[in-house]
Amino acid sequence: MHPLVLQYDGDSEEKISKIMTEEIIIAGFGGQGVLSMGKILAYSAIMQDQEVSWMPSYGPEMRGGTANVTVILSSERISSPIINTFDTAIILNQQSLDKFENSVKPGGVLIYDGNGISRHPERRDINIYRIDAASEAAKLGSAKAVNMIVLGGYLKVKPLVELQNVVKGLAESLPQRHHSLIPMNEKAIKRGMEIVNTVHEVG
Amino acid sequence: MKELKLMKGNEAIAEAAIRAGADAYFGYPITPQSEVLEYLMAERPHERTGMIVLQAESEIAAINMVYGGAACGRKVMTSSSSPGISLKQEGLSYIAGSELPCLVVNVVRGGPGLGTIQPAQSDYFQAVKGGGHGDYRLIVLAPASVQEMADFVDLGFELAFRYRNPAMILTDGALGQMMEKVWLKEPKPRMTEYPEWATTGKTPDRERNIITSLELDSGRQEKFNLKLQAKYREMEEKEVRYETIECEDAEYLLVAYGTSARICQKSVQVARENGIKVGLLRPMTLFPFPKKILREMAPKLKGILSVEMSTGQMVEDVMLAVNGLVEVEHYGRMGGIIPAPDEIVSVLEEKFIKQNYYG
Repeated sequence: MHPLVLQYDGDSEEKISKIMTEEIIIAGFGGQGVLSMGKILAYSAIMQDQEVSWMPSYGPEMRGGTANVTVILSSERISSPIINTFDTAIILNQQSLDKFENSVKPGGVLIYDGNGISRHPERRDINIYRIDAASEAAKLGSAKAVNMIVLGGYLKVKPLVELQNVVKGLAESLPQRHHSLIPMNEKAIKRGMEIVNTVHEVG
Repeated sequence: MKELKLMKGNEAIAEAAIRAGADAYFGYPITPQSEVLEYLMAERPHERTGMIVLQAESEIAAINMVYGGAACGRKVMTSSSSPGISLKQEGLSYIAGSELPCLVVNVVRGGPGLGTIQPAQSDYFQAVKGGGHGDYRLIVLAPASVQEMADFVDLGFELAFRYRNPAMILTDGALGQMMEKVWLKEPKPRMTEYPEWATTGKTPDRERNIITSLELDSGRQEKFNLKLQAKYREMEEKEVRYETIECEDAEYLLVAYGTSARICQKSVQVARENGIKVGLLRPMTLFPFPKKILREMAPKLKGILSVEMSTGQMVEDVMLAVNGLVEVEHYGRMGGIIPAPDEIVSVLEEKFIKQNYYG
């Protein structure tokens, strides 16, 4: 039976000092695997007992246009799944860079795929990393690996989730018939960790 | 067995229905709740539990199939989004008038008319004040997480059968589309025995059961109306559910349900970081509405802000509850726009704290 009254009086001082919350926006073209990257990240965090939320943009813009998803990982109960500033922005096209560059919190992280970008990030109060995942995926012979290469780059910059939990997350989020693809995805993640470059870091 | 999953709110509702031992789901697709029907079709529940899933030819057909199934004492449900729920109102009125249990899910989108497919909370009046014609109420549950989307399915059925009354889960496109961690409950077997009022075929040892909402004798109809009202008063007595968040020392109170309540939880944090003592009252049942707790809290408060993704509907129930004891204001965004946490804090300051500068 569901209780009639729930009461939540905030967290104790001691608990607050240990709270980890990471608010992420992942944005790009529909079909680049933006939503599934978010889903794998969320599943990976569940594997290490964290709270997660995954909030996609939905509607007509999903068909061919831009797609984005807000993912929150936290050691605590997540309040709003919808937010307008982010700790990290993972950006896969120019349109999304223009839209979300200013939404990164000062001192936060912006990771972008430089392929097809003409106006590069300009802010100097955030940490900027570049990962040319689309061209690397072509070299690996799998265009579909783009999102996993980018995920690798993110995990290198912010190692919040352990690689073994990402592999477990992959197993949970992929249907059984695609489990043969897990080693390839793992390889792409590791490659992403190697090729991510620092553009600018805040002192 | 209990299972941990990452699921969309819509999918959680569908899976929870199978696990609640539902006998049938009748539906018709509409954004942003089509995943309920899609998930049920893909999951083939007739192979798991024998549950029937049927895509009807329209929303009206679906609700009347629910009417039929409920008359037979079965656990039946439907789901839709705002325009589709409007189509179901006639059926809902008949179901309430026939005192039948069922579960209806409304994954609300912006209106009026076809409006937008983006989330809104503009169907509050329709859900809590009756919706169709005649003096009736639905039991209205308002989940604020994917976990509650799942939990309230079983709760909805339970309350619907306890009171022989239709129950509604009033949620919105954001909760329907978002994924969160959800603990799925141990599956319940489907019923094998049905309530005594159910039309399951007359046996020689009892009178026949008649399910109808028609009563042409005015005296008897009035008596029936009073019976329904007594039932609603009993729900108000026993079934109010809510959550309080940091209300203990609060000077200002936000009242919000569903997605708005999630945003407001963050607003509470933001406001407290700025030194404003704000709490949140989150109704989990919208009918019955948590009037009593609001009335108790009112004298200690300097202001209440009702936050809704509508032009202001629940705010009327908040005002009725506090009956002038404290100032009540409303803030809402429409058309699929979801207010930001800091935007709500600014509005709270604007409406209650800064007003002294002008006055």
